[in-house]
Amino acid sequence: MTDNTKKSDTATELLSFLVGGQDYSVDIMSVREIRGSAKATSLPHAPPFVRGVINLRGTVLPLIDLAARLGLETGQDTDRNVIIVVDLGERTVGLMVDAVSDILAIPEEDMQAPPDMAADETHNFVSALTIVDGRMIRILDLNAIMPDQNEEAA
Amino acid sequence: MSLEVLAVDDSRTMRDMLNLALTSAGFTTHLAEDGVHGLEVLDGLEPNVIITDINMPRMDGFGFIDAVRSQEKWRGIPILVLTTESASELKVKARAAGATGWIVKPFDPSKLVKAIKMVAG
Amino acid sequence: MSDPMEEIRASYFVECEELLESLQDGLQQMDDGHDDSETINVVFRAVHSIKGGAGAFGLDDLVKFAHRFETAMDEVRAGRFVPDSAAIKLFFQCADILADLVRAARDDAVIPESITNPVLDTLDEMVGTSEEVEEEIEFAPMVLNLDLGGGGASGLPDLPGLPALSGLPDLPGLPDLPGLPDLPGLPELDSALPLPPASPAGQTDNSGNQLNHFRILFSPENSLYSSGNEPLYLLRALRDLGEIKVRCDTSTLPGLGDLNPENGYLSWIIELSTEENQTTVREVFEFVDGLCDLDIATADDTALIAENAVAPQPELTVTAEPDTSAARLPDLVPEIADILPDVTPEPEVAPALDKEPEPMDTSTAEYDAQSAAGAQSSAKATPTQPRATVRVDLERIDRLVNLVGELVINQAMLSQSVAETSLPQNSPVQTGLEEFLQLTRDIQESVMMIRAQPIKSLFQRMSRIVRESSAMLGKDVRLFTDGENTEVDKTVIERLADPLTHMIRNAVDHGLESTADRIATGKEPVGHVTLTANHRSGRIVIDVTDDGAGINREKVRQIAINKELIAADAQLSDTDIDNLLFLPGFSTADKVSNLSGRGVGMDVVKSAILGLGGRISISSVEGKGTTFSISLPLTLAVLDGMVVQVAGETLVVPLNAIIETLTLTEDDLRALGPQTHVVQIRGGFDPLLDLGAELGYRAPKDSYIGDIVLLIGQEDGKRAALVVDAIEDQRQVVIKGLEASYGRVAGIAAATILGDGQIALILDPVDLVSEATGRTRVPPKHLSIAG
Repeated sequence: MTDNTKKSDTATELLSFLVGGQDYSVDIMSVREIRGSAKATSLPHAPPFVRGVINLRGTVLPLIDLAARLGLETGQDTDRNVIIVVDLGERTVGLMVDAVSDILAIPEEDMQAPPDMAADETHNFVSALTIVDGRMIRILDLNAIMPDQNEEAA
Repeated sequence: MSLEVLAVDDSRTMRDMLNLALTSAGFTTHLAEDGVHGLEVLDGLEPNVIITDINMPRMDGFGFIDAVRSQEKWRGIPILVLTTESASELKVKARAAGATGWIVKPFDPSKLVKAIKMVAG
Repeated sequence: MSDPMEEIRASYFVECEELLESLQDGLQQMDDGHDDSETINVVFRAVHSIKGGAGAFGLDDLVKFAHRFETAMDEVRAGRFVPDSAAIKLFFQCADILADLVRAARDDAVIPESITNPVLDTLDEMVGTSEEVEEEIEFAPMVLNLDLGGGGASGLPDLPGLPALSGLPDLPGLPDLPGLPDLPGLPELDSALPLPPASPAGQTDNSGNQLNHFRILFSPENSLYSSGNEPLYLLRALRDLGEIKVRCDTSTLPGLGDLNPENGYLSWIIELSTEENQTTVREVFEFVDGLCDLDIATADDTALIAENAVAPQPELTVTAEPDTSAARLPDLVPEIADILPDVTPEPEVAPALDKEPEPMDTSTAEYDAQSAAGAQSSAKATPTQPRATVRVDLERIDRLVNLVGELVINQAMLSQSVAETSLPQNSPVQTGLEEFLQLTRDIQESVMMIRAQPIKSLFQRMSRIVRESSAMLGKDVRLFTDGENTEVDKTVIERLADPLTHMIRNAVDHGLESTADRIATGKEPVGHVTLTANHRSGRIVIDVTDDGAGINREKVRQIAINKELIAADAQLSDTDIDNLLFLPGFSTADKVSNLSGRGVGMDVVKSAILGLGGRISISSVEGKGTTFSISLPLTLAVLDGMVVQVAGETLVVPLNAIIETLTLTEDDLRALGPQTHVVQIRGGFDPLLDLGAELGYRAPKDSYIGDIVLLIGQEDGKRAALVVDAIEDQRQVVIKGLEASYGRVAGIAAATILGDGQIALILDPVDLVSEATGRTRVPPKHLSIAG
């Protein structure tokens, strides 16, 4: 596909984006599409980070306010918000982020496990870290994003 | 020209298999579900061969053969009876009813074609 | 298209399910005392047909079992064994195992003989059959002396060939054999055969195989002709084996005056050189065995036969063709027919055919997938195919269902935009739109019908559950069913299997008393479980009824108190107590029985039913029995809904849950507590629920006077009034599940997409009401007055 992938067999392509002013990324293989913001229909009794559900060409998708999920500063909703539609195994969800930044190919040796620090909210969602052009990019653990079936109905 | 065959069997699977074997061998195939249906289908046809099961609802194979043989125009049509294994009395009965030959189920398509050729060329 | 045999195999298993169904039906009828021959025949035929197909696919285990079962049923059919109720019970058991074997064969699974054999042995013992009845008499020679006077075989009709004989007035009869070559047909035979260049006839063929030489004497009896056999074809079959020389012996042909057109007078002497052995040669004569004099001698003995041969006859030399196609051969028939005292089938398709048959490829096709598939598809077009059915992948139907769903949404969007243009009511656009709406609904209905199937298959599975569970518990139980032909969405049927199984087990285990208890209370010893299905006001209602002791409410209440599900002083109505059965972790059995105590409670049943958009309710009369009632939507794909506004959100309320809508006046409202109101409607009091507050969209309002409420009715007659802000529309909406993408949301059944592309949630009013009242009930001091 790209030259970057050829450099190392173990390179992972990441989609990086800004959320709550921080750099995050997801494995591009999980990304189905990127689309502009849409008005969500709110779900009763949903946790605060679940904005509701949106219509993606006839499919009903939950929309996650990623900043809220990560415990970050939630900025004002603007039309510039972007929704990254990702596959989480069996289900598909939309992640609301501030803006999409770049596509990066990161060799596996350049990724490191997050330091074992006192667990804050964010820590649980980061599976690895990498440095690109002096910026730390957090790689999201997508499976931790959606609450368990049992957890969510609170 | 191809031979025309009417196959009568109440089992859909058996009909499917007969149809497959017969059409694969280049025969024109007509199917019916039981004796009554067989007579309906036969009306207006003059197939070269009739193949019929014995145990069927509404009208069984014996009744069907009898009805076919009682019509002058169909009297000469060779009729092959589908029988299951070890049913020698069935062959006797089938012959008594006017059948020409028999095919043992489960049939091997090549044997089926051979049997048809023995009674209808 | 895939391998045609695979297709047939797949459809065989579908047919098996149908056969198993009629097997069950037949046995049930026998059990009900119908012992007429057709009932028994249906049972026999079902087993027989399953066996037949199994044989074709080499499903040996299935064949073996079906064969012994069939043998037993044959005894019943022949009247040699008259089954009592114990025997029929065993037959049922065999049918169950047969069903298991069919499914095992389908799924490439194996059922050990340790399960099948004991049942078969019991069966053999009871019926008096034994395993070794079996013997292959496949092609064993038979000596037959058939009286062909009967069976419609005598009295041959006008022979097509006969007129030709009238052209032979000069035929001087038997002694003057040389006259025969003048017969119109025979001498022309050689020239009539446009034979391809024959392979060089030699003692060995190309592959160098040894050739065998046979001399065959073949003298048909009259019965050979009347059975529909034709010497010509037998000669051809011989020709296909190798090189043959045929001479016709006309020595017994009488003078014309003595000639009986119904009789055969000719015999043939055939010299055959073939690679095949004598058995194969003899097989050619299989059908005429006993209908002719046949002598097959190997070459060594041929001299003798040659001696006996009559004066030189015109020889018919036919050589095996490389192409076995019969296509050109019928050309031969008219000539031969002229001299054969026999009815020869018309070689040509009767011109009287109503419809032209589909043009067929007459070349001999290999029995391979490709040509077979092609042949199959052309055969499908033949006019006489019985009741044409098409097997369609469910995925394709679902795609169609989805597309039609989109069409409905699209139609709604169109209606909305047209409405916004404020066109006059009777404008052509409006009229056209009405028709479009009607068409859309018709299409939708038709599409839904594709997915619907009778609930019968499910009921039959339940009849097995009853048999097995009653046997395990030592109870005598009969299952009665009604409404088996009620059509239900296929997915609903599939997803009902588990909850219904549990309910049936529950009815047998907990619903019905022990036989001793039944006798003690003067009841019929045999317990009854009744399973019914019917359509009721746009829904499907399935009832499971037992005639047992009814719910012991005091006991249920005590258990609930012990398990701290309710407070000891809770005041509960009978219905409230009954509904305790649906609470998670509730089990009434004193001892956990083998059956119902599988860690599955009625709460699981309830959530399964709720998951199908259905509801479940109980009614029970002490001493008389209990009925569990499931009510399901007709389809999982669309529903008629009322579109409402609540706290700025658009929601859809299923129309069939709404009894009426009204605007509240001061007189209607009664405060029950600081936050609890009831509505007085036609003398009854119903709890008032603020939908916006219940869904967490807003805080409860201070006053509801002037608000619109939807009066919601439940299966069990409970009602509740839901406050909404505005009613917008009534329309059909396409159901989009939420569970797969998000999970279950209390009070919400699903979502839908409205005309403007926005998602609206579909309310599950009953769930909402029970959640809401449930919240107020626990702790039960604040017991709501629901119901």
